Amino acid sequence: MTSPAQADTEDVIAPRPQPRRGVSLRDAGPPIALVVIIGIFAVLSSDFRTVGNVQNIMDAAAVLAVATCGISFVLMMGSIDLSVPGVMGASAIAVALLVANNRNGNDLGLLGVLVAILLGAALGCLSGVALVGLKVPSFMTTLGVSAVGLGVATLMFAGVQPNISDEMLRGWAVNRFLGLAYLTWIAMACVLVGWLVQRYSRLGRYAYAIGGAEEVLALSGVKVAPYKVAVFTLAGSFYALAGVMVTSQLSAGLVQAGAGYDFRAITAAVVGGTLLTGGRGGVLHSAVGVLLVTVLINGLVQVGVSPYWQGGVQGLIVVAAVSAAVIPQRRRNQVTK
Amino acid sequence: MTIPLTEHPETGATGPVHALEVRGLVKHYPGVKALDGVDLVVRQNEVLGLAGENGAGKSTLLKALVGLVRPDAGEIWVRGEKVRLKSVVDAADHGIGMVFQEQSLVPNLTAAENIVLGSEGPGVRRGIYRWDTMRRLAQEQLDKIGSHIDPLARTDSLSFAERQMVEIAKVLRIEERTSNPPVIILDEPTSVLESKEIETLFTQVRRLREFASVVFVSHRLDEVLDVCDRVAVLRGGVSVGEMPTADAVPTDLHRLMIGSTGSDDHYHEGLAERSADEGEPRLVVKGLCGKTFRDVDLEVRAGEIVGIVGVHGSGREDVCRALFGAEPTLAGEVTLDGQPLDLSGTRAAVASGVGYVPAERKIEGMVGPMSVADNMTLTKQKSRCAGPMVVPQKQASLVDKWIERLSIRTPHRGTQIGRLSGGNQQKVVLARWLVAGDIRLLLLDHPTRGLDIGARSEVYRLMRELANSGVATVLLADSLEEAIGMSDRIIVMSDGRATTEVGCPSGGKPTPLDLVKEMV
Repeated sequence: MTSPAQADTEDVIAPRPQPRRGVSLRDAGPPIALVVIIGIFAVLSSDFRTVGNVQNIMDAAAVLAVATCGISFVLMMGSIDLSVPGVMGASAIAVALLVANNRNGNDLGLLGVLVAILLGAALGCLSGVALVGLKVPSFMTTLGVSAVGLGVATLMFAGVQPNISDEMLRGWAVNRFLGLAYLTWIAMACVLVGWLVQRYSRLGRYAYAIGGAEEVLALSGVKVAPYKVAVFTLAGSFYALAGVMVTSQLSAGLVQAGAGYDFRAITAAVVGGTLLTGGRGGVLHSAVGVLLVTVLINGLVQVGVSPYWQGGVQGLIVVAAVSAAVIPQRRRNQVTK
Repeated sequence: MTIPLTEHPETGATGPVHALEVRGLVKHYPGVKALDGVDLVVRQNEVLGLAGENGAGKSTLLKALVGLVRPDAGEIWVRGEKVRLKSVVDAADHGIGMVFQEQSLVPNLTAAENIVLGSEGPGVRRGIYRWDTMRRLAQEQLDKIGSHIDPLARTDSLSFAERQMVEIAKVLRIEERTSNPPVIILDEPTSVLESKEIETLFTQVRRLREFASVVFVSHRLDEVLDVCDRVAVLRGGVSVGEMPTADAVPTDLHRLMIGSTGSDDHYHEGLAERSADEGEPRLVVKGLCGKTFRDVDLEVRAGEIVGIVGVHGSGREDVCRALFGAEPTLAGEVTLDGQPLDLSGTRAAVASGVGYVPAERKIEGMVGPMSVADNMTLTKQKSRCAGPMVVPQKQASLVDKWIERLSIRTPHRGTQIGRLSGGNQQKVVLARWLVAGDIRLLLLDHPTRGLDIGARSEVYRLMRELANSGVATVLLADSLEEAIGMSDRIIVMSDGRATTEVGCPSGGKPTPLDLVKEMV
């Protein structure tokens, strides 16, 4: 949560921040806020500052981290993606029906996971193609694709819940390595991969540039449409993996596996410092945002805030964080939509 | 350097091959002839200045040269070869590159990425960035112009001058695409620079001349004369002349740019009922300071039209917006009819009877998809309401009255304003301030921009009528003639200060050249 004072001092004392490897004060806001919040809860609650609780927080953040990783690329471009629940639902059911389960004789194991992720990639690709081909804003195309994904999931669900018996997939949620569930390690690997893509691939850098000044890319002879489609495809794969992770946690495929993850992912990304207008933030920012949101939920429980209050308090904190982030850009007669 | 000789494609005569040649270029936009047969020659290794007033067709010409505008007629020849430029990339393949006026860099990428953007070559292999190669490629370009910018610095952390160097480095990358010496176009490169930075830029331009041809566009004539070998002048979409800069002075150039003045009483001076010398001033501005202007004093009487002139960057637009509360002020006193004027926001200004017609009509002046009637009653809601409710009959009769009064040509009051011609749109925008009948001060920021002559004339007549009814007017004119023709007095602004006041009574008008002397 960047305070206005921080943003101001950045302009004054850091006229030439070294951008590639260094971190500007503005980018340092969310991590500082994370440390402060952890500090506050640690002081307030002895239950919060246990190793067990740290494990809880990390494990609870895993699925959201993977979904947010995907959505970060879309937000970086200045687009938005509401297809998360649909893609997650479709992949959750798909993987449940492809690995060993009580509905059919399939036992594809890891291959089943891969197919589910490809399904998510295809749905993401559909969003991207509709965006660049039909020129429909991403808000609407992804909303539609979400419905398509839920439709596909419902068809596969066919009224009988598939419970999985695949030991590998169930083990992901249960088995631990260095105290953390396998799923948490998978989430961390996703963040690492996402960061590498963002930093070292043309796809990632162009996604960033599209959010910064799309028309300049066009003036430089870059065709942006394929990159937009690729970004949505990549994001779809991440959501699908998140859906698989939910199936692993529940040992069952549910159509509602991704319910609510669209706005939770957007919230986490924005709280982490990614702008909805694009061109700022990224995967690491989002990872910090995910931790912030998760720590907040966990901490509020630990310090004994009534569950009736929690939703409202979370909302207020998010609005405060975002308004602090945009203070440096405010000017007279600004149009806000 | 030897200049290759070839046969002239049409005349068959032998002559030096020009780096770039434009013949009879024509481009029409609805209602406007932006280019009306422009001829231009850019020689090898020269810096050619391009001068012309706003609307002379400079920017359309430049856009045509880099493939952003497809001309309706005419030819472009590059080194003796006729070309059709379909895109910026196309132009780059022919060795033509442009540094755009509104800088065209991606702010959140590094300088290196911007320099190689779209033609990364070995900087990216199989979609993976080689940051070291990228840095080296960019460094090569920066070395060409002797710049010491860190290629891995984020672009938005660089100063304007540094960004401009990055742009030049980026444009020079077209050398990788063609073996011929490039043609570099610099569109208003000095408008955002400090004087020290301008000197650096000029050094760069002279360095570029060693291996390239440069087209240099600027509003500031002294700069053009300083850095260019030759100047070509455009006026009204036609080339009106050219001269070597060695023995030219700004006034020569300006005479070419302005040309002869328009038709008789284009500005309806006959309508002006002069009585403005008497009476207390309506608007009194004392020592107004803002971000881009300082210590501005201004007085406007009821019924008077006061023009403010100045070059790009003189701060006159910001003064105008500040008086409407749309731009923050730092100090100064402003009174309207003796009462202090609240500049804290536009709402207060409107309530005090101040009206503003913005320069960007389509963006700030009107709501395109809304009807004529809704646009006209947008600001003065009370004029169409009873309590909180809109009364359609009240709105209809009011709007119809003003449509007739200003002879606005619209099929119906319910027609979308976006479908009207520019002149009629502008009349609706003006009417917005008149419907409530409480207008005291009107701030007009380029009210005739983009209008054809007939529509201009009608707007002028309307301005006269408003002045005669006692409205005080501040005018930022589109051209010097317009300022002279319409104003009773003219304030000259330069570098954020009001430097001179020139009386401009009917019958005793100054010439544009008199004003230019004060502006430069």
